[in-house]
Amino acid sequence: MTERSFIRTASVSDEPTLLALFLLFSKIGVTSFGGGISGWMMRDFVRKRGWVTEEEFLSGLALTQAFPGINVVNLAIWVGYRLRGGSGALVAALGMTVPPILVAIAMMTIYSRISDSRGVPIAMAGIAAAAIGLSLEMGVHAARRASTNVLSMFIMLATFVAIFILKLNLIWVVLVAAPCSIGAAYYGLTRR
Amino acid sequence: MLDVLLRLFTVFAPLSFLTVGGGQSIIPAIYHQSVEVQRWIDNSQFLDLFALSRLTPGPKSLLVTLIGWQAAGWAGAIIASVAIFLPSAVLVYFLARVWKRFEHAVLVQAIEAGLIPVAAGMILAATGIILNAAEGGFWAWAVALSSAGLLLSTRISPFVLLGAGGVIFLLVQPGA
Repeated sequence: MTERSFIRTASVSDEPTLLALFLLFSKIGVTSFGGGISGWMMRDFVRKRGWVTEEEFLSGLALTQAFPGINVVNLAIWVGYRLRGGSGALVAALGMTVPPILVAIAMMTIYSRISDSRGVPIAMAGIAAAAIGLSLEMGVHAARRASTNVLSMFIMLATFVAIFILKLNLIWVVLVAAPCSIGAAYYGLTRR
Repeated sequence: MLDVLLRLFTVFAPLSFLTVGGGQSIIPAIYHQSVEVQRWIDNSQFLDLFALSRLTPGPKSLLVTLIGWQAAGWAGAIIASVAIFLPSAVLVYFLARVWKRFEHAVLVQAIEAGLIPVAAGMILAATGIILNAAEGGFWAWAVALSSAGLLLSTRISPFVLLGAGGVIFLLVQPGA
């Protein structure tokens, strides 16, 4: 785990170009019907291309969610910055917002026609359900990654129960769970 | 016109910082401002745009872009988008910069490692919450679980699954 960041800087050769970064974020932005955007990002950046490690992606996700801002745009900026610095962050943010804005405006101009059809909302609900499958897939990968020892499995479970079962506010849960978990990781890292 | 653009910015920019833990939290504030206070759109227009923002791909906060478009055309759409995305984006950019500078510090490494189980719990909880709220009841669960199963066990493209989800719902018409 400590070698993680060194491995990444060593493999600079497969660093994506700014154009490739913009195009990939645009693709995710305009094809993510029904949601599940961070699931798409994890698939494309971590699993398919290996530009970001799973650990980097997951900790970035937790950090950017706890931060103010549109989660998926925050995460895009985070990943873009990791890969190509300031310009990477810029093309990531633009790719995640500008093409979907154009699609949304185009859809709005034809909306009067599709809103008459009853089939569109029903099909969309089915697409959204499948998109939840993407989030669930990401959750399973994250859970595997987190299951390195009993303590982190416990923290994962406690976070899940606190948010899903007890319906506690996400921010407060993170503010309690994160310091405990970070403290344990710090202890583990310094003891070695 | 300039007056409307200025107000679009001053109304939406503060909301950019309030979107902690997901854009859903600011929907009531967006409604209050654009329908009741500024009167850029009426109630039924808001409901239409809200429904449309669920249909379109990309971040759901594009609702704000659509309201800007209704209020002041292209310029309105651009200003509203800049207002909702830019302030928090700048904040995250600086966080990423500071993070990169200290990435080899033991504390930063501990934070990254420590956040992984928290992220895993968050993702699973968020997935459960949207699944509970999903339209289609049993069928939404069936489609979501089988999609996740196929994604984990095969190399199937997610696009196929999204298409299949739409077709299945059209065929069985859950809740109809």
